[in-house]
Amino acid sequence: MKRALFLVALAACGGEAADRSTAAVAAADASYPAVREYDRGHFRIGATPTKAQLVAWNTDIGPEGAELPEGRGSAREGAQVFAQQCAACHGAEGQGLEPLYPLLISRDPRGEGFDFASDPKIPRSIGNYWPHATTLYDYIRRAMPLYTPGSLSADETYAVVAYLLAANKVIPDTATLDATALRAVQMPARDKFVPDDRSPTRP
Amino acid sequence: MTRKLSRRDMLAGTAVALGATALGAKVADADAADAVAAAQDAAVTVPADPTKLQGLPTSPLGARSPFVKPVRGPQTGLTVGSSLTPLQDLTGPITPADLHFERHHAGIPVIDPAKHRLMIHGLVDRDVILTLDELKRFPQVTRTYFIECSGNGRNAFRDPKPDMTAQKVAGMVSTSEWTGVPLSTLFREVGVKPEATWFLAEGGDACMMTRSVPIAKAWDDALIAWAQNGEPLRPAQGYPLRLVLPGWEGNINVKWLRRLELGTRPWRTRWETSKYTDPLPGGKAREFTFENDVKSVITTPSHPGRLSGRGWHPVQGLAWSGRGRVTRVEVSADGGKSWQDAEFMGIALPKAAVRFQWMFEWKGGEHLLLSRATDEAGYVQPTRAALLEARGAGTDYHFNQIVGWNVARDGGVTFHGAT
Repeated sequence: MKRALFLVALAACGGEAADRSTAAVAAADASYPAVREYDRGHFRIGATPTKAQLVAWNTDIGPEGAELPEGRGSAREGAQVFAQQCAACHGAEGQGLEPLYPLLISRDPRGEGFDFASDPKIPRSIGNYWPHATTLYDYIRRAMPLYTPGSLSADETYAVVAYLLAANKVIPDTATLDATALRAVQMPARDKFVPDDRSPTRP
Repeated sequence: MTRKLSRRDMLAGTAVALGATALGAKVADADAADAVAAAQDAAVTVPADPTKLQGLPTSPLGARSPFVKPVRGPQTGLTVGSSLTPLQDLTGPITPADLHFERHHAGIPVIDPAKHRLMIHGLVDRDVILTLDELKRFPQVTRTYFIECSGNGRNAFRDPKPDMTAQKVAGMVSTSEWTGVPLSTLFREVGVKPEATWFLAEGGDACMMTRSVPIAKAWDDALIAWAQNGEPLRPAQGYPLRLVLPGWEGNINVKWLRRLELGTRPWRTRWETSKYTDPLPGGKAREFTFENDVKSVITTPSHPGRLSGRGWHPVQGLAWSGRGRVTRVEVSADGGKSWQDAEFMGIALPKAAVRFQWMFEWKGGEHLLLSRATDEAGYVQPTRAALLEARGAGTDYHFNQIVGWNVARDGGVTFHGAT
């Protein structure tokens, strides 16, 4: 167990322990004497997914944006998409209706120092809290609009991502985003997140 | 407390829901449902002497006594939100499945188990796609674990009020006996490549919930669960499959699980960046704060209950830790000046709730009852002041502060959160 937790820590820190996975299996086996003979082999149950299944399901986009699809959209076009598809819940100014419909747009001066621990009322927005612009594309494509998730085209998604980033003063109002441009966006909060350092003396 | 729906309301609502989703499956046996409704309605007539009258016949589904009416709440009618377990109405460590708290980000999907698939792919030797029947051909285990939303207790932390109930203070924790396949078994089956360090878990709901998990958790105690308390999962708990990551914040126990992808780094999804991160003083925020820390809450007595009279009363509650077993629960009747060890009413299992009890002789005075739990990892439940000091008022998750109840001279009980 301790070994496993140590490995969690290593993985979380991006440490360079080679062959982590093999070590983790060994640690799990050692700490769990009830690992039976059959756990070391293969049951050969289940099918191999087809290429089509993998393509259809494997839609996630990581922080490097390597999986971003073709397409492009401008912040100006995105304003139209936002007005038609998003404003009904998130408000015309992206002010949100908390807690159900999150605020999206704010560069409230109180949030600029990332001092959110001082007051829960300081609005946390895409512009001041989200560390990766790629997450916007991933989330909007998988979960939005709320009542018709997955209905936006790639161009519309790039456009609304561009609009939200421009409205949050991360990119210019005149910007157009495609995969290359979105990968290059630097979020104001990109360096603000730290590993979990809780301990018995540090809650 | 919200109005309890009548049986007729419930049946009508079910019909509407099924129609709206165009499920195409047969609506549940209407005769059986009618029989349950009739049995419950009949039970409302209470004979003066039950020993002189034949009782009710058997029924296809057991209903609670008409005198027992626990309900989750609040009932908002919204698909995005939560509904909390009535901790004050329950006993023992296990939460009845129909009272397990709910937290949904895109409503509860209606999933045909015959069509559901679990795909495992990425940095593995062999990509696999499994039906539910195929998954159940693997060796399985049954384990008791709590699941707690990491937002549990936010209201009681931010704005404690005397009229808060145990349900409102801590009702986003529930404990179940889960049955499923250890994730380590499935990962052995597909062959994890040495460079894989994280995996992505994806749900099949309308937001396709995604969370990144360090792979060591799979080799430790992660489960792919298909059953809860002796029967298939309830829809609100992820039917037909959910990920169970014992002790870790509720959100990462992905419901309606359909895909696991192995990779070399976290995906930094919306639910592990914009949400479920913990602001810290100094202009930073903690990320990947998985474990729910040791916590306890007294559920008896609690508001709006009261002490019925002078004399002995059991002070009972729940304690749990995401870091292992709860090893000790102390109770104070004087606001924390002195503490006494409570006893466990059952066996304290790792990462499962345990009920504690301390006998209190009430002589009619004013008291502040508090509970404080310790776990086997050496963590002790902090006061609210200590949490405020360490994390600030804007902290947003993992509220495990000591809480309690004021007992007035008339036996009235009100919440005390400002510890």
